[in-house]
Amino acid sequence: MSTTTQERYSKSDELERSRSRPRTIIGTLLTILAFILLGIALLPLFLVIIYVIIRGASRFDLNLFTEIPPAALQEGGGIASAIVGTIILVAIASVISIPIGVLAAVYLSEFSSGRIARWIRFATNVLSGVPSIIIGIFAYGVVVLSTGTFSAVAGGFALAILMLPVVVRTTDESLQIVPQEVRWASVGVGASDFHTVLLIVLPAALPAILTGTTLAVARAAGETAPLIFTALFTRYWPSGLFQPIPSLSVLVYNYAAVPYENQQELAWAASLILVLLILLTSIISRWATGKSTY
Amino acid sequence: MTAALGDSQADNAKRSSTEKNLDNSFIWLTRIFAIGVAGVLIWIAVQVGIQSRRAIQEFGWSFWTNSAWNPVEQQYGVLPMIYGTIVSSLIALLIAFPIGVACAIVLSENFLPLSVRRTLIFMVELLAAIPSVVYGLWGIYVLIPFLKPIGSWLHDNFGWIPLFATPYAGPGMLPAGLILSIMILPILTAIARDSLASLPSDLRTGSYAVGSTRWQTIFSVLIPAAFSGIVGGTMLALGRALGETMAVTLVIGNSNELQLSVLAPANTIASLLANQFAEAKGLQEDSLMYAGLILFAITLVVNILAEAIVQKVKKY
Amino acid sequence: MSALERNQEDRSDRQQQNTEQNSEAVLQTEDLTVYYGKFAALRGVFMKIFKNKITAFVGPSGCGKSTLLRCFNRLNDLIDGCRVEGKVIYRNKNLYSKKIDPVEVRRRIGMVFQKPNPFPKSIYENIAYGARINGYKGDLDELVERSLQQAALWDEVKDKLKDNGLSLSGGQQQRLCIARAVALKPDVVLMDEPCSSLDPVSTGKIEDLIHQLKQNYTIIIVTHNMQQAVRVSDLTAFFNAEEGEKGNRFGYLVEYDKTEKIFENPQEEATREYVGGRFG
Repeated sequence: MSTTTQERYSKSDELERSRSRPRTIIGTLLTILAFILLGIALLPLFLVIIYVIIRGASRFDLNLFTEIPPAALQEGGGIASAIVGTIILVAIASVISIPIGVLAAVYLSEFSSGRIARWIRFATNVLSGVPSIIIGIFAYGVVVLSTGTFSAVAGGFALAILMLPVVVRTTDESLQIVPQEVRWASVGVGASDFHTVLLIVLPAALPAILTGTTLAVARAAGETAPLIFTALFTRYWPSGLFQPIPSLSVLVYNYAAVPYENQQELAWAASLILVLLILLTSIISRWATGKSTY
Repeated sequence: MTAALGDSQADNAKRSSTEKNLDNSFIWLTRIFAIGVAGVLIWIAVQVGIQSRRAIQEFGWSFWTNSAWNPVEQQYGVLPMIYGTIVSSLIALLIAFPIGVACAIVLSENFLPLSVRRTLIFMVELLAAIPSVVYGLWGIYVLIPFLKPIGSWLHDNFGWIPLFATPYAGPGMLPAGLILSIMILPILTAIARDSLASLPSDLRTGSYAVGSTRWQTIFSVLIPAAFSGIVGGTMLALGRALGETMAVTLVIGNSNELQLSVLAPANTIASLLANQFAEAKGLQEDSLMYAGLILFAITLVVNILAEAIVQKVKKY
Repeated sequence: MSALERNQEDRSDRQQQNTEQNSEAVLQTEDLTVYYGKFAALRGVFMKIFKNKITAFVGPSGCGKSTLLRCFNRLNDLIDGCRVEGKVIYRNKNLYSKKIDPVEVRRRIGMVFQKPNPFPKSIYENIAYGARINGYKGDLDELVERSLQQAALWDEVKDKLKDNGLSLSGGQQQRLCIARAVALKPDVVLMDEPCSSLDPVSTGKIEDLIHQLKQNYTIIIVTHNMQQAVRVSDLTAFFNAEEGEKGNRFGYLVEYDKTEKIFENPQEEATREYVGGRFG
């Protein structure tokens, strides 16, 4: 019985490897193909970084960081006002989104259970998928229309909405890593929930929260779509929270497609700053946490 | 917290009443913020909805099918932008799907030592971190010139196909789709890799034990088992592609004319908004809000479905 | 260290004599040592596995019995940092020679795992999958039916072959996995504690099944359960674990003989203690 079945399998008696076996060849080809596709996937990363460095470095001098952007046919100039503007915008966004996001995450991870938390987490994830341009028109409606002016506050508000789901998620994840014993120890000596969370659990999770939030801030600094009709743009130094304000990302957008070489060069230089910011924060946070971010 | 003991009971009782209040208000504060974060979604929907009501009243459903966008005659329709949004996203998926799944396989199976894989995973993540507007700038000065011979070749040889019927114009659907594919690749890869890596290792050993090769195991056992996760990741990527703005705006050409050809300039809803919103007034602004509402609704549906799928996979 | 080695050589001589059977050896190990990373998990194993016999591996956890089992179909290859020294002889060839294709080995030496691990496919596909990738030329329906019958599962599932394999009960899943293994007509079936996640009734069914399979197959079964070893096996190998110089634990073969001999009249003190404590 066993012999008849044995014969129906096209088993050779060979146990040895053979390069000419179809499955060996197919396997090798598939492996090569997969690695080529991985290479193709990573190629743009290097190309973009290299181009941004090559094109942006030529304007990397003191003027870049001290002067305001030039008008259309002017020579020279820098992007100092846009750097300051981006810092202001990101600061406003952080002031709004970090406290709200952290406390919301505290609720999710410490005080809630089951269905409500699941729904809120779900909604947070969906919120992080809302196109940034939609956040832009939303902020326009909420802030610009009601205050009657494009402003730093409107831009900061838009960026805050954008950062919010990221802050909630990273904080939520960081809090969940804190071992349960730490909470028990605190509750065990008679601490209230309030003290346990603020004095024990949050500090324990602080490094992870900080890393996650830093990444969120760096990414917000590169966002453009929510700013172009909330913060708008100006060449000049920021003059108030309820005035239009320049930013690096909108500068890149505005100067990207203009025919003036001087402004194009500044667009590349601003891109270089944004890319360096992202690279540095990503690498440092990876080094700090010692694990992959996803 | 109520465990006040022995002789200090009176003391503790006093303190605990203020503490209880503090505790309760703190919990309520966090609860309000948490519900508020979820409420932002509804807030966005209501806000954008209210602001597009005049355009909805004016144009109704014909807004979806009208292909004119004419501020002079106050006639507005978004058919070309819906077409552009969908087609550019499909081009992106077509390119990103095979590449993303291949990356997910290489990065989840043991082709490479773990430390090398970690570095590669980090690099794929970095792709998503580069600002959209930087991709756009790079697209204008590097990608569009690079695609010129390819686009011309496609038109010269396959011009009889409507998709390649126009000469390569530079900015257009093709570069936009390509840029989008780069930008959605990381999320597709991440979710697909996650669902492959979270499969029980028994499944892998079981397949090897009946004499499968590595690739037979991948195609016949692992990918079918991780299928819904891969679909979820792909949909999440589609959601990102539909709403991606800056890079697309800079390379798509922003033409509001409906053209089938992927070599011609086109427009997406998102880039229409980016281009016109800041200067729009009156009915044009309302129509842009309406267009934004449509984009919001489409991406919302796609994202909710995707998240639901991904969530389910994670439970398993 | 050298004392231990000498000791082991003595033992292996004795084992060779004691287990000299009329039937031929299907598998044979020669000074097999397995490393996980820097440390040896299993040291210096000499043994023969005889045709159409059921051989049980018993011993405390960490004694390397599962590690040894996984050497026979080169499944240890999948574990990062695992390295094998010495030889496993099968059909006059060393399975660990560079020329050997592990895929070919696994097509001839089947395996059943601790936890039932059917593929998330239909019952039919669970069995047909292996046959298909092995280039089976015959009637697949017939093969599926015969394999399920051999695994004593046919009557329970014949009306729902299209159902997902995961919809079966734990005991049924394990029998499905056995059917999956025997469908390939292997020379040897390796079983790694196949009943450890099952209830007593399912365990009884699987043990009956193992007895029936003996006519056609050579079976090696790793078990924690001494009664099970007595009930099902012809030969028993007892492994023990010892502390190495750097505090790392490694396993080695203590005694290998006919099952009744191991349980009634073991030669080694360690065997007597372990078997007595667990069995008596």
